[in-house]
Amino acid sequence: MDFFAPIADRIPFIIQGIPATLQFTVLSVLFGFIWGTLLALLKISAIRPLGLLADVYTSIFRGTPLIVQISLVYYASPGLTDMLGLRPIDALTAGVLVFSLNSGAYVSETIRGGILAVDKGQRDAAMSLGIPYGAMMIDIIAPQALKNILPALLNETINVLKDTAQVSVIGVLEVLRRADVVAKEKFVFFQPYLIAAFIYYVMIMTMTLIASTYERRLRRSD
Amino acid sequence: MIEVNNLHKSFGNLHVLRGITTRIEQGSVVAVIGPSGCGKSTFLRCLNLLEKPTQGEIWIGNTQMTHPQTDVMKVRQKLGMVFQHFHLFPHMTVLENLTYAPMKVKGIPKGQAVAKAEELLARVGLADKAGTYPSRLSGGQKQRVAIARSLAMEPEVMLFDEPTSALDPEMVREVLDVMKALAHTGMTMIVVTHEMGFAREVADRICFFDQGQIAEDAAPAEFFRQPKSERAKQFLEKML
Repeated sequence: MDFFAPIADRIPFIIQGIPATLQFTVLSVLFGFIWGTLLALLKISAIRPLGLLADVYTSIFRGTPLIVQISLVYYASPGLTDMLGLRPIDALTAGVLVFSLNSGAYVSETIRGGILAVDKGQRDAAMSLGIPYGAMMIDIIAPQALKNILPALLNETINVLKDTAQVSVIGVLEVLRRADVVAKEKFVFFQPYLIAAFIYYVMIMTMTLIASTYERRLRRSD
Repeated sequence: MIEVNNLHKSFGNLHVLRGITTRIEQGSVVAVIGPSGCGKSTFLRCLNLLEKPTQGEIWIGNTQMTHPQTDVMKVRQKLGMVFQHFHLFPHMTVLENLTYAPMKVKGIPKGQAVAKAEELLARVGLADKAGTYPSRLSGGQKQRVAIARSLAMEPEVMLFDEPTSALDPEMVREVLDVMKALAHTGMTMIVVTHEMGFAREVADRICFFDQGQIAEDAAPAEFFRQPKSERAKQFLEKML
């Protein structure tokens, strides 16, 4: 372990970035999922203008780089908050906000596809039993759609987790930013970034494991 | 019981139903037959408004289904529907398939809903399948569960949309037997079917559909012995 000796005392410092990274991921995926569900419902709604609005939204967030969106919200928003007499948004809020808005755009397409992929007959059956739209969507359509899109959602969560590394540009002390700090402190670069990569990998493998266990449980009706 | 006045349905340029007018008495069993594409299924789906009629009136008892102020969800409960492809809820057990709607829609307490479901499952010969998921059932079993699921809502009318068309031949019998038993209880039934034997034996009336209209409406004995129209004759020659 001589290889890591130059930064050994700072490894715990990098590891301490895990909570920040996870916090970003969990909050962003959660809000992104809620927001994405809402967008998906707009997209499949019978009211065309709402669907169009959601489509435009999606195209903007998918059509611009995430790091540009982060920079816009964090560095450009103080002008706006100033004008409104509000406090400027802090880095964490800005990060979560952008990730949620961005992830919502991607997830909405996944959810829309998942809902449309559920056999139309399920709707017919639910309607013929007099089940109202809301209950039908929640109890009949959503569980089947969710099962179909679970792999895609896991993928999105992994993407978000990896993308959180980009908030290091706005100074949040997550895993990558901490590796940065150590690298510049000790003038060794390979080891801290290797540690960071390893931490990301372990987090993602853990997530994959949890998700596949959950997926197996969902598939018990097959 | 059911009254249909000048019912029309178009899908874009396709004029599927071209003026259906008929009356169906309580307790009668009507077999709707005819060549494919003649509008039989569309007619059935219009009755509980799974398809919105383009024109015309539908009355179920004293409720006008086609009136804009009618609470469609409420009246749909009076009409059970059985589909060609069953459409059981795959993520629910057989028992849950039967209890979900009564509990959610009618607010029936769980114990009561379960008791009713078990009784219905026994009636269709599937008492031992309560805890099974639909994917583990054969086609015939699925369809019997679907019939029980509809009955759990205690409908006044049962609509059957080609209930045996997707089944392997050896499973047709078990489903028809359940339907026959149901007919004997006095349930009002409208059955779109290609099973001429069933139509002849169980139905009180045959409605022969052709090109979106009721071309013939007669008692089975009469219809099968001596169809009036040329189209019906041709159809029967192919079927029998």
